Amino acid sequence: MIEIDNVHKSFGELDVIKGVSLTVNKGEVVSIIGGSGSGKSTLLMCINGLESIKRGSIRVDGTEVHAPGTDLNKLRQKIGIVFQQWNAFPHLTVLENVMLAPRKVLGKSREEAEALAVKQLTHVGLGDKLKVFPGKLSGGQQQRMAIARALAMSPDYMLFDEATSALDPQLVGEVLDTMRLLAEEGMTMVLVTHEIRFARDVSDRVAFFRNGLVHEIGTPDQVIGNPQRPETADFLKSVN
Amino acid sequence: MFSTSLTWNDLQFLLQGAWVTILLTLASIAIGTLMGVVCGLLRALLPRATLPLAWLLDVFRSVPLLIQFVLFNAFKSIAGLNISAFSVACVVLGIYAAAFCTEIVRSGVLSVPLNLRRASRSLGLSYTQDLRYIVLPMATRVAFPGWLNLVLSVMKDTALVMWIGIVELLRASQTIVTRIQEPLLVLCIAGLIYYVMSLVVARLGARLESRWQEND
Ligand SMILES: Nc1ncnc2c1ncn2[C@@H]1O[C@H](COP(=O)(O)OP(=O)(O)OP(=O)(O)O)[C@@H](O)[C@H]1O
Ligand SMILES: [Mg+2]
Repeated sequence: MIEIDNVHKSFGELDVIKGVSLTVNKGEVVSIIGGSGSGKSTLLMCINGLESIKRGSIRVDGTEVHAPGTDLNKLRQKIGIVFQQWNAFPHLTVLENVMLAPRKVLGKSREEAEALAVKQLTHVGLGDKLKVFPGKLSGGQQQRMAIARALAMSPDYMLFDEATSALDPQLVGEVLDTMRLLAEEGMTMVLVTHEIRFARDVSDRVAFFRNGLVHEIGTPDQVIGNPQRPETADFLKSVN
Repeated sequence: MFSTSLTWNDLQFLLQGAWVTILLTLASIAIGTLMGVVCGLLRALLPRATLPLAWLLDVFRSVPLLIQFVLFNAFKSIAGLNISAFSVACVVLGIYAAAFCTEIVRSGVLSVPLNLRRASRSLGLSYTQDLRYIVLPMATRVAFPGWLNLVLSVMKDTALVMWIGIVELLRASQTIVTRIQEPLLVLCIAGLIYYVMSLVVARLGARLESRWQEND
């Protein structure tokens, strides 16, 4: 369970998150929608400790993420994150990209890590690209590789930050399909997305972010189908 | 037709000089690279704390090498240090190379996108694992061409050590010129030797680079 409680975050003078509370239960898929600069990406990075917070608390399975003694490297093993820019390691092959963390972080043997990586890559449809360097892959393939790389750590949570925004339109579908599969398998996920229809399909709950706050939250049918607040309705109109 | 008083002995003398040039280059590049990697990493990762280091290295980068040789040599005599001219040359050239190498390494490290480092950290890699498996390999590819240039330029800069009494390739050729008075021929041969040595370095480097580029 991810418990975000009254979190504040600022970059210097700029207050980006101004008191967000949000709980994501085991097995739940929560989508975060909202305009540019509303703090969505920042919140995801606070969840796995890539960014610090100013006030409030974030607990993952009861572990206080921003407490001084927390072993973040350990915590991050169970929180996979996929970014907008697919962030493939260009000097490693697809297989090596996926094997790296299981080997170096989990201490798996080469054989174990390789079997694991092959399994995950096959799962996302890249079973025939193992020895290829990421530079030779399309954006959609690189993004699916990034998903496989995160999944190879057997995370309990997956965070997606606009995983399809940097892709050509014809490549969006393949990545969404991969994410949908994951949701159906019961992965606990937080999706920052501009794909409203997709969010409506896969989410248990949708949160609309505005000015660093959760402006409206509820089931997809409530928030997307029948928004209660005018700003939510305006936003939905603007992206459709 | 073509006649010359250049003897077989002279040629051997030139090659001995070239050997000294090679040794000097290897030694000072080894020193310079080792120090440069450490200083460059520190500069990239702790930019504030290492600002004084940057100022110091700036001195070594901007003062002409010849002045550094003469000053250090004088310092050696004054301080009564009992070290050979060759060691002096290695130290001075090594630090000079380190000053440049630091900048090369620093910009290589800074060229690794922050996003990639975030991605690796988010997989659970520690700070040092991220450095070792992501930052350093990527920085090496970026820094390598600059480092290769440094090797070539240090090889030519070794010529300056003749001012502290070491007979390397250029000094050897001058000695021969003084004796047989055929500067064009001798300098052409010396130039050719420099060229061949550089060519070998450049070729080896190009081969390595093209192997990396296949991947991109
Ligand atoms: N490292 C940083 N330093 C300073 N300001 C930052 C930093 N990262 C983000 N910001 C600022 O914080 C605000 C929120 O950024 P964030 O990336 O979280 O927005 P977002 O909701 O993800 O927007 P988008 O939909 O465009 O991705 C923006 O105004 C941004 O300029
Ligand atoms: Mg964002």
